[in-house]
Amino acid sequence: MTNTTSVPELLSYTLNVNGRDHQVSDAELGENLLFVLRERLGLRGSKNACEQGECGSCSVLVDGRLECSCTMLAAAATGRQIVTVEGLTPSGDGLSEVQEAFVAEGAVQCGFCTPGLIVSVSDLLDRLPLATELEIREAISGNLCRCTGYGRIIAAVQAAQHARSAREALR
Amino acid sequence: MLRLPRFRYLRPQSVAEAADLMAEHGEQAMLVAGGTDLLPKMKRGQMEAEILVGLGHLAELRQLERSDDGGLRIGAGVTLSQIVHDAALARLYPGYVRAAALVSSPALRNAGTIGGNLCVDTRCNFYDQSYEWRMAVGFCMKKDGDICRVAPASKRCRAIASSDTAPAAMALGATVTLVSSAGRREVPVSALYEDDGQFYLAKAADEIIESIQLPAATDWSSSYVKVRRRGSIDFPLAGVAVALKAAGPVIEEGRIVITAVASRPLDVSEAAEPLVGCTLASLLEGQRDELLTGVAASAARPAKPLDNADLHYVWRKQMTRRGVEQAVREAATALLARSA
Ligand SMILES: Cc1cc2nc3c(=O)[nH]c(=O)nc-3n(C[C@H](O)[C@H](O)[C@H](O)COP(=O)(O)OP(=O)(O)OC[C@H]3O[C@@H](n4cnc5c(N)ncnc54)[C@H](O)[C@@H]3O)c2cc1C
Ligand code: SF4
Ligand code: FES
Ligand code: FES
Repeated sequence: MTNTTSVPELLSYTLNVNGRDHQVSDAELGENLLFVLRERLGLRGSKNACEQGECGSCSVLVDGRLECSCTMLAAAATGRQIVTVEGLTPSGDGLSEVQEAFVAEGAVQCGFCTPGLIVSVSDLLDRLPLATELEIREAISGNLCRCTGYGRIIAAVQAAQHARSAREALR
Repeated sequence: MLRLPRFRYLRPQSVAEAADLMAEHGEQAMLVAGGTDLLPKMKRGQMEAEILVGLGHLAELRQLERSDDGGLRIGAGVTLSQIVHDAALARLYPGYVRAAALVSSPALRNAGTIGGNLCVDTRCNFYDQSYEWRMAVGFCMKKDGDICRVAPASKRCRAIASSDTAPAAMALGATVTLVSSAGRREVPVSALYEDDGQFYLAKAADEIIESIQLPAATDWSSSYVKVRRRGSIDFPLAGVAVALKAAGPVIEEGRIVITAVASRPLDVSEAAEPLVGCTLASLLEGQRDELLTGVAASAARPAKPLDNADLHYVWRKQMTRRGVEQAVREAATALLARSA
């Protein structure tokens, strides 16, 4: 085998993130999605804490499913719809109900786990608005928080559930 | 910070093309499906490949279909989450679905495949570390070094079999279909594993798992018990898969597979023989506790956990026995509920 085979090819591809096509140029398909989001597209909301699937701080939605962007290749993300924490608010600024609940309930200490949790919890409440406490615990079981002890996080999720149902009732 | 090393990514259009690429590139190439085991290991320098051949996008590997004999053929690219959320599967193969549900976290199960889970690397406290950690402590035989840090006199690596679904599939008597450029063969899941932590897979490196076949489960039920520190994320420190057959009130056949206590999942079904002829009710009402304790003790006898994982190895062996008792009770409970 000639060693030219081992030189990764540089190419351009599009990545659909938060409803918009982004052009990624002179890149390799073997790059990490988390790296591409943060370093190539400047979307630094997704955090790189462990880089090895253990903590969930890099969580994103891929075609509507929660995944760790640190264990995913850019190659696996092309042609799919990626939503990062930056894309969870309709206008791109302000705070979502889930984010407001995290602030109000004091569920943020150092904040490193927060973006991943916001993505996991938003995904949960879209799928199961009335999730029980057990379902909440299961949904965030891949999100590691070193600071809060989770009590305030669960309280925040429940507060977000109440805020959502109050809003639904008003409609 | 951990970074992925550079490699070439190839995207074949079919399993056949993937097999050809694997044959063409030989030892330089590795397969990647969900990437949830391989990519962290590449970041930590535990695995190296100049070329990755991607399987994740192949729809051909994501089929789920009934086979003629009433069993099920599941494509290797089906994700663990798909298994977990399939109600029909949970009725037929509760042990297999339970094992899949206990793997890692929701996000990783959305990406991780059942083919990748069968091939998941063996684990050890001296190996599952960053390159820098391993360099500082001293490399070991499994990667970059030449001795075993856990058992220095050992001629082979003692890393731990860590797939949760492999023992569950073995207890069901499942088979896998392997495809390479040389052809196709079907082997029992148990034939995938070698009793060696370093060369833990008995299949050739260029053989692709195309599907797993679960045989018909009429009159069978199954269960899986996993021991670990936390209720999520952690790999098994001991695991027990059980399958029991009973058309009526009496157990007709039993299978037990233990894992995470050796370098491959161990089929210890011989230990289940005393269960044959027991009524489900007597087992569950406590009249056969002594018999069950005996079954658990002989099932756990081949377990040889070493001091290379979380929690104490003596305790892990004890918990293997408890796991057998619990898994037998769970499978018997399901059978009794069905006959009622
Ligand atoms: C934090 C964390 C916790 C985890 N916890 C658990 C756990 O508790 N239990 C558990 O069992 N696993 C666990 N895993 C490992 C992993 O997530 C799962 O085993 C997953 O199912 C692997 O599937 P994958 O598709 O992501 O595999 P990949 O990472 O893509 O591949 C894994 C291996 O399988 C090979 N491979 C993949 N597909 C095929 C195929 N079709 N044919 C032949 N070879 C193939 C690859 O070459 C590679 O060697 C954990 C991982 C992480 C990061
Ligand atoms: S069992 Fe020994 S050789 Fe194998 S990974 Fe652990 S220290 Fe290394
Ligand atoms: S950074 Fe991805 S799981 Fe920790
Ligand atoms: S707030 Fe610090 S890790 Fe969760």
